[in-house]
Amino acid sequence: MENMDDLKKELLAEVEKASDMKSLEEVRVAVLGKKGKITELMKNLSGLSVEEKKEMGKSLNILKSEVEKALDAKKDEFAAKELEAKLAAERIDVTLPIRPEQQGRIHPVSKIYEEVVAIFGEMGFEVAEGPDIEDQFHNFNALNMPANHPARQMQDTFYIPNPDSDDKDDSFVVRTHTSPVQIRTMENHPLPIRIIAPGRTYRSDYDATHTPMFHQVEGLVIDKTTTMAHLKGCLYDFVKAFFELDEIPVRYRPSYFPFTEPSAEMDIGCLKTKNELKIGAGTDWLEILGCGMVHPNVLRAGGIDPDEYQGFAFGMGLDRLAMLKYGIPDLRTFFESDVRWLKHYGFLPLDESSMTGGLSNNGGLAR
Amino acid sequence: MKFSISWLKEHLDTTASVDEIAETLTKIGLEVEEIFNPASKLDGFVTAEVETYERHPDSDHLGLLTVNTGKEKLQVVCGAPNCKQGLKGIFAPVGVVIPCYGEELKVGKIRGVESFGMMCSEKELGVGEDHSGIIELPADTKIGLPAAEVLNIDPVIEINITPNRAECLGVRGVARDLAAAGLGTLKPLKISKTDGKFKSPVNVKIKDFDACPVYVGRYIKNVNNKAETPKWMKDRLTAIGLRSISPLVDITNYINYDMARPLHVFDADKLKGDIVVRMAKEGEKFVSLEEKEYALDNKSLGICDDEGVQCLGGIMGGAEKGCSDDTTNVFLECALFTPECIARTGRKFAIDSDSRYRYERWVDPKSNILGSDYATQMILEICGGEASEVVVAGSEPDEQRVAYIRPSRIKDLIGMEVSKEKIVEILNHLGFVTSEENGKIKAISPTWRGDIEGEHDLVEEVVRMIGLDAIEPESLPHGKFPKQVLSPAQRRAVTLKHELASRGMYETVTWSFTDSNLAKDFRKGKEPVLLFNPIAADLDEMRPSVLPNLLLAVKNNVARGYGNVALFEVGPEFFGRKPGEQNQVAAGVRCGMTSKKDWNGSARAYDVFDVKADALAAIAAANGPFENAQITLDAPAYYHPGRSGALRLGKNVLAYFGELHPAVLKKFGIKQRVMAFEVVLSNIPLPRISNDKAKKKLELSLFQPVDKDLAFVVDKSVPAINLMTAAKTADREFIADVRVFDVYEGENLPEGKKSIALALTFQPKEKTFTDQDIENLMNKVIQEMKKKCNAELRQ
Repeated sequence: MENMDDLKKELLAEVEKASDMKSLEEVRVAVLGKKGKITELMKNLSGLSVEEKKEMGKSLNILKSEVEKALDAKKDEFAAKELEAKLAAERIDVTLPIRPEQQGRIHPVSKIYEEVVAIFGEMGFEVAEGPDIEDQFHNFNALNMPANHPARQMQDTFYIPNPDSDDKDDSFVVRTHTSPVQIRTMENHPLPIRIIAPGRTYRSDYDATHTPMFHQVEGLVIDKTTTMAHLKGCLYDFVKAFFELDEIPVRYRPSYFPFTEPSAEMDIGCLKTKNELKIGAGTDWLEILGCGMVHPNVLRAGGIDPDEYQGFAFGMGLDRLAMLKYGIPDLRTFFESDVRWLKHYGFLPLDESSMTGGLSNNGGLAR
Repeated sequence: MKFSISWLKEHLDTTASVDEIAETLTKIGLEVEEIFNPASKLDGFVTAEVETYERHPDSDHLGLLTVNTGKEKLQVVCGAPNCKQGLKGIFAPVGVVIPCYGEELKVGKIRGVESFGMMCSEKELGVGEDHSGIIELPADTKIGLPAAEVLNIDPVIEINITPNRAECLGVRGVARDLAAAGLGTLKPLKISKTDGKFKSPVNVKIKDFDACPVYVGRYIKNVNNKAETPKWMKDRLTAIGLRSISPLVDITNYINYDMARPLHVFDADKLKGDIVVRMAKEGEKFVSLEEKEYALDNKSLGICDDEGVQCLGGIMGGAEKGCSDDTTNVFLECALFTPECIARTGRKFAIDSDSRYRYERWVDPKSNILGSDYATQMILEICGGEASEVVVAGSEPDEQRVAYIRPSRIKDLIGMEVSKEKIVEILNHLGFVTSEENGKIKAISPTWRGDIEGEHDLVEEVVRMIGLDAIEPESLPHGKFPKQVLSPAQRRAVTLKHELASRGMYETVTWSFTDSNLAKDFRKGKEPVLLFNPIAADLDEMRPSVLPNLLLAVKNNVARGYGNVALFEVGPEFFGRKPGEQNQVAAGVRCGMTSKKDWNGSARAYDVFDVKADALAAIAAANGPFENAQITLDAPAYYHPGRSGALRLGKNVLAYFGELHPAVLKKFGIKQRVMAFEVVLSNIPLPRISNDKAKKKLELSLFQPVDKDLAFVVDKSVPAINLMTAAKTADREFIADVRVFDVYEGENLPEGKKSIALALTFQPKEKTFTDQDIENLMNKVIQEMKKKCNAELRQ
């Protein structure tokens, strides 16, 4: 049995001596192979007595499994080293930039459209639409602006000749406001009405605050009980939600629009400094929208009995809202398609607006 | 509308400050646009005395002064010719900002002598026009007083007058509104009647009473138009930006702004015969006082003498018979012209004037005699002379404008309780005559108000005077649970924008107009929709396609050094002039490379398949049938004939896509290749709205699909889509997918042939395919390809 101990020492030393996979395999063959040392000893067992055979066989089996274990351990060691070497050779420079990806933008006007829709949607409004080219009935007359009304001249109207008539009063106009959608809605929509109508509008004017095309959103509520108090409440709720402020100073000034009476303009409190405009604080006022109770003549033009129904209307500039909320300085730049501007002032494709998820800045950072 | 505080106080007895006045104006609907108050810039300026005056040692025209400011005595250099010892004036100490120059005053050194401040002129202080010398105050003026206290400062307020408030185009109207709002009392008018000394040699005849119901004339002889306009009048006119011209002109201007009462004065010696108020003859000549010649039409009202139209009634006087410095006999006109006639003629000939502005809105129909008396009084006072008896043609209309208001209406419409007594009080202050009739308040409009038609107008008057701030805001009551806010068509436009943006494109918004020269190629056979009055020659057509504007954007960005551009816009294109003759389109362009070059070499030039993908993605985002759309090769001629296509559903074009025609691009000055697509949203059918929102049940096969590749040789002219369709339809049950994975033309192929390699996926349904099953499917494909496309299997 002493032999067995020596043998074990010897064999394990050989395993330990192996320097790589190949020499380890040679050791395995030399010990466990067909003509290996342990194999040979096993073969010799047949010449022994039953007792000795049993004794010896047991010892040999233990030896064999110990050597196998040592061989496996050594093998794992070499495999790990090999893998380590392979991975070391595979190193790449992960500080290199990623492949270029294209990330688009949503135009501020579309963004504001979605914000405004989200807010008024919450108040039960639907979105209505109308054509860009209008007849004068819908753009003017039905809105209580007959042919010689001075307010018509205040809106520098673009005209499109009518192929069927030479009379200028029959020519078409490119709508000067979204208000004709009020009339179209009254003509087609069952009562009560609660709509907003965002869209393109056109006036012949061009400077830092006027462009020949701009965007308005019209609002119209008609039922039997809506009052000017509701008008104030609705718009107050809107500006707070839109500017994402808990409180915001507002004031209403009496004004004049042919299609509403009483009419008012709404100002919001702000702080104007040389380089900054801060909404919701300070002592200055900023005009933000026009509104009023729908004029009885307008209801009549829309086929609604003003003795039974009443309501309010309002209109504001979408581009202007975008400028105020997102600090965009010049209206003209909205329509110049400068990719630098679009990238800077535009919004991420997944930056969607909702009252549940928030109106702005919930879509991650721009790349 | 501008007026000065002193002018306002001519009509309003008030102690209110400028700020209080301004605040009230805005509150009652006369929005203040600007306050010009020179006093606000005079902090630190004080009265001071020139104690000693001697010549500057180094100058003939400069003086060296000792100025006593009440606090200290300072050395000052002054060049004013009227500067002398003992003069009391306004002193600007070092550190103040001189209003006229807008700069802070510093210690100066003038020809070697230091100056510690400045004696000021009216102009330098912004309180007058005089700059001939420094201000000289009365000798008894105390020194050291704030300048604003001793100077005769008259702040000016500019307000915005809405078209319904014509009476406020006169200072008296503004004063009346302020008085009604509780800011003082309206003073009575001081207009006296002047008895006529003789019968007017000029008579008046009205031919068209619809356009001119009444004309009051008066002959005044021996006037002196070289007299000096009084300083108070000149100052007030100057303050509101009107130049003093001659007393006669100044008087008419003054009354126009004082009472919103236009007038006209003829040089009576130039008139031939009587005045006739009549419609002009078609083509009749009129030369305005601005020396412009007009050929009138028969709807233009002329004030005529025997020699023709001398004045375009209520709009503008003529050049020939107006007043000059030498005028000695005048004929004064104070007449009423109806708004319709004025507005039409003014618009037709594009003549703007203060007079037109007022007549077009409303001129008090009962102010003709009054206005004539007012002007006569002023002319006699300032220019002397003798007035004739008044000549009146026609008569002032007597029509009463009556409206009723139910006291409960304010609560019902405005949501604010106002008592009957309060309503009556407000209306009375505004000049309405009220009485009660069947529980309603009857209100007869004052003649200066032309805008009161019904109850809603009276409601507005009451609310305006109480102030809108008094209305307690109330949130809109929630209706039923909200339904969908956006219609399906609106919603898909939003989704589509986000889809295109997530494909790396920038959304832009361009004009609905475009340049007709550039739009020509994009009209697709339709008539152009041209504007009658474009704002610019290159914005004269309602765009027949979004592409011209996007191409201009490409050109501008390329010119700025940004050559890789991917832009899209969702908006209208127009195919007719009538309302509704427009389509909603999503159009996009891609130009340049997918990115700048990078180490991976992944940058590549945009090609047709980028925009084809955009178009398909846009259709898909719009819930359109992108998988069933047919591709045809007939895109409009502004596309490259060999690199473009149309996606159709039956006859309907869902989209065009392709490279744009280089000849078209050349007109835009674009040398690069540009890829474009146009998805016509209006042509994409809306999905059927079904109440069943459940998706079709997912059937998962238990058996693995098998992928096989086959390559075919076919005529070059055969489109790939034909091969794909043939392969796909070879067996409708088991062929799940067909993809093109290689296209080859060139060596080793017969002339005129190309090779297309297809990757096929076979999907077993009930059991795994045997080799024979797969063999059979492949044979089916090969046969179908031969039959439909004359394609041979490539060996």
